[in-house]
Amino acid sequence: MADVLHVLDHPAAGAAAPKLAVRDLVVARRYASGEDVLVTDRISFEVGTGEFVCLLGPSGCGKTSILHVLAGLDGPAEGEALLDGRPVEGPGPDRAVLFQEPALFPWLSVRGNVELAMELIGVPPAERAERAARWLANVHLERVADAQPHELSAGMRQRAALARAMAADPDVLLGDEPFGALDAQARELLQDEVQQAWVASEGRRTFLFVTHNVREAVLLADRVLVMSAAPGRLLHEYRIHAARPRDLDDVLVSRVVSEIHGLLRREVDRGVEHEMGR
Amino acid sequence: MSSTRWAVRELGPPLAGIAGAVAVWALAAAVVDSPSLPSPAVVWSAFVDGLRDGSIPDAAVKTLIRLAFSFVVAVVGGVALGLALALNEFTRRAIRPLVVALQITPFVAWVPLAVIWFGATERAVVFVAVVGAFPAMTLATLQAIRQVPPLLERAGRTLGAEGWTLYRRVIFPAAMPGVMAGLQQAWGFAWKALMAGELIVAAAGATGLGHLLAQEGSDVPALLAALAAILVIGVAAEYLLFGQLDRRIRRRRGLLNEG
Repeated sequence: MADVLHVLDHPAAGAAAPKLAVRDLVVARRYASGEDVLVTDRISFEVGTGEFVCLLGPSGCGKTSILHVLAGLDGPAEGEALLDGRPVEGPGPDRAVLFQEPALFPWLSVRGNVELAMELIGVPPAERAERAARWLANVHLERVADAQPHELSAGMRQRAALARAMAADPDVLLGDEPFGALDAQARELLQDEVQQAWVASEGRRTFLFVTHNVREAVLLADRVLVMSAAPGRLLHEYRIHAARPRDLDDVLVSRVVSEIHGLLRREVDRGVEHEMGR
Repeated sequence: MSSTRWAVRELGPPLAGIAGAVAVWALAAAVVDSPSLPSPAVVWSAFVDGLRDGSIPDAAVKTLIRLAFSFVVAVVGGVALGLALALNEFTRRAIRPLVVALQITPFVAWVPLAVIWFGATERAVVFVAVVGAFPAMTLATLQAIRQVPPLLERAGRTLGAEGWTLYRRVIFPAAMPGVMAGLQQAWGFAWKALMAGELIVAAAGATGLGHLLAQEGSDVPALLAALAAILVIGVAAEYLLFGQLDRRIRRRRGLLNEG
């Protein structure tokens, strides 16, 4: 494949040891039938400290599985997932995760959810209230802090989940298509808030988000890693140099979006040809 | 909404049901006209007598103390065993069938054995109540824990909860509605088993609502008065205590179908 870019030859600029890396990673998914299917094909990439990277690919390409391995929720079938150069051993509050669903704890108020995240990392009780209030204000939920999660809209719930994730003061935020289930307006607001959270961390926090939405990836990321259909491998890497906050009407942004669309279309055609037996 | 309208809406149907049942009873008593089926009025006066002379309140208090003790033992044991079964697959597969066997065995079947082991004593009665309630609590706890959504567990783990902290702060709270259902069930079983135990085990000098049933012999109005007391206590616990607790937990989580 001429257009496959060996990302490992291009480590993130200015990063001594990559914050996150996967090397020759193969992840398998076990189906109810007991059959194991490989969903990625020896994939390798790195994410430097402070980078915002989006992993983009069609459904089923294994991008979520890769994210879960980096989160420590699942193990790799082959290869390795590294955090600061060391193999990921399990989940930890240094890597917060935004799941597809908000995964808020329904027995706690919105504030209670955020404060629990701090309790779990050992923030003294006296500090929790103030820090929770700050994070809830960042995601514009200060007025519903005492509501129960089920009383909020889907978009508000996902923003509360963002506040909870950030309250744990993680080095890494892993996003598993957290915008997927939201309507356009809620999605835009959450995207803004995610970007703000990343910008505010001033290069200290690393964001790796998984998405199948090309525009979203280009709006958010410094780098977009495009994956093939399953078994997923890296097709191409795009660096997005456009200034933030970004606009889809920006010439640079729209050019990259259409390039990626073209790449994915060729990939789909190739997949179809392959399935039809050339 | 005015409180009168609330009362009519909430209490109207059940009161109508009770009135209907009493009416059928009164009619049947009038038609049969036998000392074996006294009229509601006669039973009511026996009930009032029982309250006045203190026999019913005295028995009720004794019974409730036994019930509370049996219930606490069954709940503590059931939650602990349910948790142990949830934690370990080998234990679960080894022990769960035994608990299920206990659960489907009628608790009355334990009475003779209880008497052989403990004699006709208070302890025998409590034993039957505990054995009646404990399996339900165990199985409900196990099921509640196993039905915790994996997503919540994963979310807890990514936030840094592990081991006992994960259980204390995530798994148990998430399992609460199921555990609550188990409490309600266990209470019901303890109550029924206790009545059977009290009725059959005539412990020397012991009093209790079940004993009242046994002692009243051919005094049918007094027997029905004791039965009424049993009924009132059961309904009160069901609606006022467990029903309310369950509603509170569910409302808080948005699991209540209101409107």
